[in-house]
Amino acid sequence: MAIAAATTPLSDVHDRTTSVPEYNESVIRAFTVATVLWAVFGLSAGVWVALLLAFPQLNVGEFFTFGRLRPVHTSGVILGFGGNALLATSLYVVQRTCQARLWGGRNLASLLFWSYQIVMVAAVISYPLGLTQSQEYAEPEWFLDILITLVWLLYLAIFVGTLVNRREPHIYVANWFFLAFIITVAVLHIVNNMAMPISWTSTKSYSFYSGVQSAMIQWWYGHNMVGFWLTAGFIGMMYYFVPKQAERPIYSYRLSIVHFWALVFLYIWVGPHHLHFTALPDWTQTLGAAFSIMLWIPSWGGMINGIMTLSGAWHKLRTDPIIRFLVVAVAFYGMSTFEGPLMALKPVNALSHYTDWTVGHVHSGALGWCALMAFGSLYHLAGKLWNRPLWSMKLVEVHFWLAAIGIVLYITAMWVSGITQGLMWKAYDDYGFLMYSFTDSVAMLHPYYVVRALGGIFFLAGAILFAINIFMTIYGAHEQKSADKRLSARPAPAE
Amino acid sequence: MNHALIEKSVALLFMLTFIVISIGGLVQIVPLFKIATTVPPVEGMRPYTPLEQLGRNIYTREGCYTCHSQMIRPFRDEVERYGHYSIPAESMYDHPFLWGSKRTGPDLARVGGKYSNAWQLAHLVNPQSVVPVSIMPSYAFLKDKPLQYDDIDLHLNALRSVGVPYSDEMLEKARADIEAQATGQGDTDDLLKRYPKARLGDFDANPSEITEMDALIAYLQILGALVDFSEPGAANATPAK
Repeated sequence: MAIAAATTPLSDVHDRTTSVPEYNESVIRAFTVATVLWAVFGLSAGVWVALLLAFPQLNVGEFFTFGRLRPVHTSGVILGFGGNALLATSLYVVQRTCQARLWGGRNLASLLFWSYQIVMVAAVISYPLGLTQSQEYAEPEWFLDILITLVWLLYLAIFVGTLVNRREPHIYVANWFFLAFIITVAVLHIVNNMAMPISWTSTKSYSFYSGVQSAMIQWWYGHNMVGFWLTAGFIGMMYYFVPKQAERPIYSYRLSIVHFWALVFLYIWVGPHHLHFTALPDWTQTLGAAFSIMLWIPSWGGMINGIMTLSGAWHKLRTDPIIRFLVVAVAFYGMSTFEGPLMALKPVNALSHYTDWTVGHVHSGALGWCALMAFGSLYHLAGKLWNRPLWSMKLVEVHFWLAAIGIVLYITAMWVSGITQGLMWKAYDDYGFLMYSFTDSVAMLHPYYVVRALGGIFFLAGAILFAINIFMTIYGAHEQKSADKRLSARPAPAE
Repeated sequence: MNHALIEKSVALLFMLTFIVISIGGLVQIVPLFKIATTVPPVEGMRPYTPLEQLGRNIYTREGCYTCHSQMIRPFRDEVERYGHYSIPAESMYDHPFLWGSKRTGPDLARVGGKYSNAWQLAHLVNPQSVVPVSIMPSYAFLKDKPLQYDDIDLHLNALRSVGVPYSDEMLEKARADIEAQATGQGDTDDLLKRYPKARLGDFDANPSEITEMDALIAYLQILGALVDFSEPGAANATPAK
């Protein structure tokens, strides 16, 4: 019974027209537009910081050096692009799968939208000005952190409130992942950002934690932003949009239960793999490595469940570029979550840590998995939200290939430069001397950094086509609407 | 257990999720505050001088940690390249830690005393003048920016409230200590009594003004220099690797 209810509500529920409540779709439309804008902004910032590394003479003045702009890119893509995509899709999915309007009404939803945008814009403005806690992915200073906390609790309230008001007996699997993502991010954000401002009128604060404890808490936070923001949340997306676009039920309900609980339990342990061979106690490092290996299983459980949902509909990969985005995203998820545990092994980490390999790994996940999943989901969503077919399927096709080429250029460049760095640092000559000075390992980076920037440019070009496509779809919908209006307003000809 | 029970109850799903995501963090984080061997005490560690601390704030403001680590791992090549591997106590007054995650540039955990003040100044003003292949941006503007230290007592006070043992005397004399360290003038003996091994001098070669450059170089010059690893037994306090 449970199986049928939890795995097939999408096709049944969604199209059941009797007594369907009026969903709040205007806020979803707003988040969708915001996602598009943040994607172009965050990816442009990424291309720019990549160019700064390839051509350092582009660093100009005080406010636009690599060190100050790097968090503009990371916040822009993770919190701006990824965050808005998660907000758009989770609030869309929770309404559809619960057969309920967003809890709190239109005003609360609008408040969530505007407060999230304002706080994110404030964050990316604050970094070039030099306001930062200097904790990766948790850069915003204390006053912004308090605002982010309030915005996040509002999101939690709206999401949970909608779940409570649901008309379906079962909570759909996508919502388990969205809920775990929202709860965990709240916990991570609050604990990691505990800081003492030097005064209530100053922007400067000092973290509660120092040294070893500070490192552990930061990477508990850092890796679980990957685990919950960039993984659990996006798996939630996968569980709705892959079956919808493929028009097939989820492959296995049992697998979704097992991999959900295993994923949320195991992920939280893996942070210390960012701190191998550091001054963090050995026992903590070992736990981090061991749980990273275990995480292989639920990660691949999720991948299998996503990809196998296509069984019986494989031909759609040839004909439907949107499904191609979604499925290739899940394939990249499988690849990144294979590479990750490998890099969490101490002997591999001894080589890979501190190098570009890590940067390449992050981007195979961020571009390959998260961004492609967001693009695919939003292409699907745009058609529904503006109630008309996408402006151009051809453009979706072109976008896919630009993105694919971009990712391949990016990650292969980083593999080569990263492994080369690691090997050069460790190389000894026949007399037992270090073979290379550190600067040798900097001098060889240039060509790889150019290729990486080129990869970024390809990916950004794809995202610009995405933006054009979505905006033309919206524009078309408006054209349609006003045409309809003109039509209905036309006086009947006198006979 | 029938999973339908969980997926039909928001409260149950919420509570169970919350419990399950809390376990790992609790097991890994709480003991680090409780187990004494996590940060074994060593000779020589002291809080940063007020000038060094403000220099550290410039280091974080500029995002230096995005390209430089401050954590030497216990490998032969790293120890030969950078010096003794980093031990936990060396970052015990770092709020937050700055171990970093990337070495686009070299590790800085023991850069203190490795180069002269003049080299550091030349390098920060124009990195390529001393390291031709460097891809680091210029930080020349730091020498034109006067250091803001009117609120130094607020900084030290906040640090004290999160556990850095600044004494009342250190707070009281914070301004004088900044001026003494950045100029080499004034009561430097008194400063050195409070903060042994502090580097003194006019770091930015501009005696007329205390600039952000003074503070940043003062900070770089103390990195990794507090614990004397030539002393027998200094590294014994480190946990077994």
